Amino acid sequence: MSINDIQDCIVDEFGIFDNWMDRYQQLIDMGRELRPIDSGHRTDQYLIQGCQSKVWLDAELSPEGTVLFSADSDAIITKGIVALLIRVLSGQKPQDILNAELYFIDRIGLRENLSPTRSNGLLAMVKQMRMYAMAFQAKMQ
Amino acid sequence: MFTAIQHSVSPFDAERFRRDFPILQREVYGRPLVYLDNGATTQKPLAVLQTIERFYNQINANIHRGVHRLSAESTEEYERARTTVQRYINAQHPHEVLFTAGATAGINMVANAFGDAFVREGDEIIVSEMEHHSNLVPWQMLCQRKGAQLRVWRFDERGELSLDHLAALMGKRTKLLAITHVSNTLGTVNPIAQITALAHVHGVAVMVDGAQGIKHGKVDVQQLDADFYAFSGHKIYGPTGIGVLYGKEQWLSKMPPWQGGGDMVATVTLERTTYNDLPFKFEAGTSNYIGAAGLAAALDYYSAVGIEAATAYEHELLQYATQQLQAIDGLMIIGNADSKAAIISFVQQGVHPYDTGMILDKMGVAVRTGNHCTQPTVDHFGLPGTVRASFAFYNTPAEVDCLVEAVRRARQMTL
Repeated sequence: MSINDIQDCIVDEFGIFDNWMDRYQQLIDMGRELRPIDSGHRTDQYLIQGCQSKVWLDAELSPEGTVLFSADSDAIITKGIVALLIRVLSGQKPQDILNAELYFIDRIGLRENLSPTRSNGLLAMVKQMRMYAMAFQAKMQ
Repeated sequence: MFTAIQHSVSPFDAERFRRDFPILQREVYGRPLVYLDNGATTQKPLAVLQTIERFYNQINANIHRGVHRLSAESTEEYERARTTVQRYINAQHPHEVLFTAGATAGINMVANAFGDAFVREGDEIIVSEMEHHSNLVPWQMLCQRKGAQLRVWRFDERGELSLDHLAALMGKRTKLLAITHVSNTLGTVNPIAQITALAHVHGVAVMVDGAQGIKHGKVDVQQLDADFYAFSGHKIYGPTGIGVLYGKEQWLSKMPPWQGGGDMVATVTLERTTYNDLPFKFEAGTSNYIGAAGLAAALDYYSAVGIEAATAYEHELLQYATQQLQAIDGLMIIGNADSKAAIISFVQQGVHPYDTGMILDKMGVAVRTGNHCTQPTVDHFGLPGTVRASFAFYNTPAEVDCLVEAVRRARQMTL
């Protein structure tokens, strides 16, 4: 599936919730289901420092030339959004990641979580995911 | 509990005062706003809003400069605000009240001006472990600049400081102690009068961060015998961008100006400048005179509400909240000093403070989460942060119930 196909799926999934609490419960459940990052990766080397919650991120290039992300957070809501970002961007080609416009966050009403005023590390995580894509892109050329 | 509180409290009518604060009528996410982030900033009563509006509509002109009528009125309002503050904190002289941009600006002014005049290489500054970054970092910067030593007065597990420890920390080279009146994270009310008495025996000046302390009961700088006391207007129902640095005349008169500019000078030639008298020596540039008038209106308003009654009522809210929160499984209150202001920090086992804060927000409850600009304080407890509810006299027991219910909900959702 393309990045936008996945984003549309997520928008549909969240469309059924008509209140904030259900949306956040869904996010929390997604955070719980996220495959934990290797414990060896929960270190400063992979840490993206937010003021309030921490995010750890790693990436590798698959033999098929797609980027596989793994990530984790110490806060469960942050982890839920991390899980969504991974679902959208992991397994995609570097160029597609670099071209992607992440509109789903806004459409499911979680824009505040990715705004610079939220010091939860998520914005820095998206930036870091793009950096990985850029580095892999350069490597492949 | 609720009824117990209603019966035990002196007849303090929070509901009536709520009507003075337009913002308290609003909703967030379709729920009534429960504003429990008063430690970060307080809401503004109509009296303050109307003062500011009237000033801009009818008086506005730059102070101390013009020969014209408006400038004279503006200056008069500004100086009247200074006298209002002087009376409010019981300073001996109006010129001991300096208007600043806020508590942070006041502390930085002392760190620079006092530091330049009195701190030399090898001297020592003491800070407590519970300081807000704004009463820690300026002293670190001063020490670095001067080659002075920073010594730390640690607190115990309950969040209390021991005077014995302070006595042991002070030496011949100690020049100043920087201490908060009320901890913004732990709620601890420090015994400032006892602390200054001890410090003064050793010839140590005391800088009190009054950011939280100013709204906790009556502040009397002479009774506290503080050498410096800094606070922000916005934390005592006044506007943002205005604050006060109180300093004893004996210090202020010996300190060099910090910032240069207009209004702080007596004569200026291209080679040399002589400085204006107190307090103008420390008020370079156009002051926030409308903010000062707004702050004076806030102090008058708070006095009319009744400072002691409001503080007593807030204390009852604190006790009620403490009791209710403690009943939640796995919840731990951080900061259990005997003497506390209406600030309550807590963590829930297995629930990140950020998650709690986000869920509370969606339920209309505004709290602060994180380290509250007191990283060393939360580090002391080995925590990633806390959730902090901080009360004002316009909060109600029903709002405490909303908080408690939201905290329970957050726990159910995330565990």
